[in-house]
Amino acid sequence: MSDIAERVKKIVVEHLGVEEAKVTENASFIDDLGADSLDTVELVMAFEEEFGVEIPDDAAEKILTVKDAIDFIKANTAA
Amino acid sequence: MFDLQGKSALVTGASGGIGAAIARALHARGASVALSGTKVAALEALRDDLGDRIAIVPANLGVPAEVEDLARQAEEALGKVDILVNNAGLTRDGLAMRMKDEDWDAVIAVNLTAGFRLARALMRGMMKRRWGRIVGISSVVGVTGNAGQANYAASKAGMIGMTKALAAELASRNITANCVAPGFIRTSMTEVLSDEQKARINATIPAGRLGSAEEVAAAVLYLASEEAAYVTGQTLHVNGGMAMI
Repeated sequence: MSDIAERVKKIVVEHLGVEEAKVTENASFIDDLGADSLDTVELVMAFEEEFGVEIPDDAAEKILTVKDAIDFIKANTAA
Repeated sequence: MFDLQGKSALVTGASGGIGAAIARALHARGASVALSGTKVAALEALRDDLGDRIAIVPANLGVPAEVEDLARQAEEALGKVDILVNNAGLTRDGLAMRMKDEDWDAVIAVNLTAGFRLARALMRGMMKRRWGRIVGISSVVGVTGNAGQANYAASKAGMIGMTKALAAELASRNITANCVAPGFIRTSMTEVLSDEQKARINATIPAGRLGSAEEVAAAVLYLASEEAAYVTGQTLHVNGGMAMI
């Protein structure tokens, strides 16, 4: 399970070009990590690809922090 | 200049005069091109003429499901779509007082809504690759208006507004969105005009003649090229000076 968290953080680090230390579970993509709205769309696309899940628009809107992303993916991928 | 080797393009309305000229121009610079349209025989004739690096992806853009399918088919056929040319368009002219709802809806659906759906579907891949070109074929009428064409003028003006919004959203990803707005162009549509009608039209054009499909295609080629990377949200008018905007 922690594997999912690590993979999510890796994608965030790569995509937003931020320091790994900043990518805490409670970090907000927009407020803490400097993402713009297009970045958040791209992050969702990257998560979908990495984990083979589909993230519907209404769920994507609620993914605001690193933890939100990890929780969604944990809940929607086979353990 | 304007080298498109390694790029892939989808051109809608490629069975028409302007669409075919656009496909030819992009193909001549090395792009792989997916030809879309409703007249399959015309698309096949064009493919036979151009040779390799061509795919045929017929679609009726008035049918939403076919629009979504078209984006997918083009990406499957070419591996990716870097350049989208929203060229397909139709007219259902009539004075506004008498214009039927279905004539309004049909024109908006094909000329405007289909172009949006294709852009939405294809920008995903463009964003990932950090390169893309969206070119809409608008019309001088979208800026000046024209009696009897409330639906057509609205669709072409709508395309210009939509293009500006796309340009603002996508510029940071190295994707540009622009329009080409032709004036009177020599096509099968204008060939049926009488000499008197043509003379009357020519009198309104400083260049004194109709334009050619190739002259429109050259503008599209420029906007699709690497060289036009810093041009976005613009409308390039190709109209012999009939409207200077």
